[in-house]
Amino acid sequence: MSVETLLVLPILIPFATAILDILAWDRVKIQRQITVLGMTAFMLAGFLLLYKIEQDGIRAVQVGDWPAPFGITIVADLFSAIMVAITGLIGFSVAVYSLSSIDDKREQFGYYPLISTMLMGVSGAFLTGDLFNMFVWFEVLLISSFVLLALGGERDQLSGAIHYVVLNLLSSSIFLAAVGLIYSVAGTLNMADLARQLEHVEQPGIVSALAVMFLVTFGIKAAMFPLFFWLPVSYHTPPITVSAIFAGLLTKVGVYAMIRVFTLLFVQNVDFTHTIILTAAGLTMITGVLGAAAEFDFRRVLSFHIISQIGYMLMGLGLFTPLALAGSIFYLIHHIIVKTNLFLISGIVERLRGSFELKLLGGLYRDHPVLGALFLIPALSLAGIPPLSGFWAKLILIRSGLEIEEYAIVGVALGVSAMTLYSMIKIWIEAFLKDAPESEAMEAIEAMDEPQPTLWQASLIFLVIPVMILALCTILIGVLAQPVFELSQEAANQLMNPTAYIETVCGANQCEP
Amino acid sequence: METVLAFVIGILYAAGIYMIMRRSIVKLILGLSLLGHASNLLIFTVGRLTRGNAALIPDGAERLTGDFSDPLPQALILTAIVIGFGVQAFAIVLVRRTYNVVDADDFDRLSAVNR
Repeated sequence: MSVETLLVLPILIPFATAILDILAWDRVKIQRQITVLGMTAFMLAGFLLLYKIEQDGIRAVQVGDWPAPFGITIVADLFSAIMVAITGLIGFSVAVYSLSSIDDKREQFGYYPLISTMLMGVSGAFLTGDLFNMFVWFEVLLISSFVLLALGGERDQLSGAIHYVVLNLLSSSIFLAAVGLIYSVAGTLNMADLARQLEHVEQPGIVSALAVMFLVTFGIKAAMFPLFFWLPVSYHTPPITVSAIFAGLLTKVGVYAMIRVFTLLFVQNVDFTHTIILTAAGLTMITGVLGAAAEFDFRRVLSFHIISQIGYMLMGLGLFTPLALAGSIFYLIHHIIVKTNLFLISGIVERLRGSFELKLLGGLYRDHPVLGALFLIPALSLAGIPPLSGFWAKLILIRSGLEIEEYAIVGVALGVSAMTLYSMIKIWIEAFLKDAPESEAMEAIEAMDEPQPTLWQASLIFLVIPVMILALCTILIGVLAQPVFELSQEAANQLMNPTAYIETVCGANQCEP
Repeated sequence: METVLAFVIGILYAAGIYMIMRRSIVKLILGLSLLGHASNLLIFTVGRLTRGNAALIPDGAERLTGDFSDPLPQALILTAIVIGFGVQAFAIVLVRRTYNVVDADDFDRLSAVNR
């Protein structure tokens, strides 16, 4: 298979899955099979792409054979390829988890095609080399996520969906205006060509203003301080698979876009733009972790932790050294897997005990020691306990901060890390370790003569398998940190030296007509 | 003409943001649609306003010369209008559904149920 085919497969496979799902609208069983098969293929294509890009370097394909910068370019460097591969992994895990967690009503109203189109939008956004095309992919994934969030129409869901929809539409309209303005300044929308043209813009002030517009629009999508308010009010409302895939992937698309434009396009005034990013990163970490400390709902705690973790990823971008960016990329890989996993585990807890409220939970470790172990792996990894993946991600970031003597942000990162551990221990003690509180729900469970449900029974096995796969990935990344770090470092080097990227996209004619 | 449009765009943005900050959910949707129009007009204006000169290369010439109206911003606007239409249609249905459930056109009541 040629690399060119592989480049478009991560977009085409979810698209085909969605179409086949819609064709089988009345037959939910067939939809399930198609989706799991499609997601398996998507994941394989993603990892194959990553392997090929790692071997051959950056590759681009000009859609419709229009040479850059006139046509739309699909391009994958290592960073894109890593993100696509992880998206495939998450898509597969969530599809399997959905098999026994999504209710019939939602399945009948297009849950599976929506998940597929959303993943198509996500991989499109990762692979496109054109700024306006990126806007279109954002809209593709947004409209699917809107419907997924509101699907079911429960009171909480609708209220969360309105906040989410409004803030995202606002961000899209800023994005659109910024794209229009950047075209008027540089006369092109191809990102590689833009990187060349922006150097020659005579008024650097305009470029800085545009940079801030992009910072705001991607900041809203990534839930950066002070633009994160839509996230904690919406992410805990939909079914757990939807929460999990949103938590794992959607904010990270914003982070990806931000890293892309602030390494490729807006590097003329690094002192100005990247200092803003670094400050915002620090504040994002602190507010997120403090928000989590005050919450007592499993999913709300996790939602606030998404925000604080976004701060770490932006910290690498703000420091703007190759090592720091490698740290950001490592952090992205680690975080997507761990975060999705924690949400999926909260879903199993809810299935076993019927609640997300930490105060109503308890005694899970006594009844389900395996689940306890499965929770501890991602939880400790999130807090950064060696030898799990989070430890290495934080180590790289902190070391890169020390190297360029940015002690303030390093201090914040370390403090927030300790607070994260506090949150995770809180969940551990409340949900797993303490005795279950006396409540009607618990009495109802104990009053039943049936034996306690085990994790290995048929109705739960599809919930446990993805959690185990993701936990295994966390351990593997921790144990095999060296190869993953080298991969991130290579990706970071490509980002810091965009010449190869520009040459691959522009080809022999140098983007000149 | 640019000056007039600049003011129109400014007023549209101001009106849109004002509407978004109201408590009424219906006005929120109106505000979002005004913001969309403002962005579209902005792209249209920065793509240079040229009348009567289509971007067609004359017979025998190699490239365009002189003033011509750039078709690319207009293509962008077309795409943006179509996307905006779809998204707003969804937003309206969402508001209608929320109105049925919450029984009020009020953001504060909505947030009250969220805790």
